[in-house]
Amino acid sequence: MTERKLKLKAFGIAREILGSREVEIISSAQRVGDLRDGLLKAYPKLQGLKSFMIAVNQAYAAEDILITETDEIALIPPVSGG
Amino acid sequence: MIKITAKPIDVQKVIDTASSLGAGAVNVFIGTVRDNAHRKNVRWLEYEAYESMAVAEIRMIIEEAAHRWKLMGWAVSHRVGTLRPGEVAVVVAVSAAHRKESFEACEFIIDAIKAKVPIWKKEVFEGGEEWISANPSMVINVN
Repeated sequence: MTERKLKLKAFGIAREILGSREVEIISSAQRVGDLRDGLLKAYPKLQGLKSFMIAVNQAYAAEDILITETDEIALIPPVSGG
Repeated sequence: MIKITAKPIDVQKVIDTASSLGAGAVNVFIGTVRDNAHRKNVRWLEYEAYESMAVAEIRMIIEEAAHRWKLMGWAVSHRVGTLRPGEVAVVVAVSAAHRKESFEACEFIIDAIKAKVPIWKKEVFEGGEEWISANPSMVINVN
């Protein structure tokens, strides 16, 4: 599968695990679910989280959503606002 | 008005923005930083937001509430950055024809903000720090 460069935003504990608020990764992930699997392997500490969501273009994305290089992709660990 | 801000929240401004001459009730929720959690002394909280998505999510929550409870006005302001005990972290204000709708809408909005909106807080206490709700292993000591 073709590998692509994807830009990720990470927040909260996910930002600390990835080491930065914005990270570029090389990935063959086509869909949100593939990206999640890849991230859990690349950053095993993410497995310790209660959950994490992936947002595409500022909206929560289901596992089967296709991702492109121009999408704004973000890792959303469990939220705790308020 | 939906605001994510690093500056102290002007509570009166949030209330004024939500108020409406046609409304018989203005309901306000003010969330503040506690000086204790799980029997620990909280020194400060670090809030961070995915601002553009947080605004979009709050907008969707407000739209649902406005429709369900026929709101006449509303405003939400959420702080980010370092907040010390006693500081205001979030203000939700709504106005409606009668008190019942205003109470219900205000509770719905703050509950949905806490559940869905991409904002995070890290608690810095004496002897450590912890991202709230992040890990399943977090045990709340109640003995």
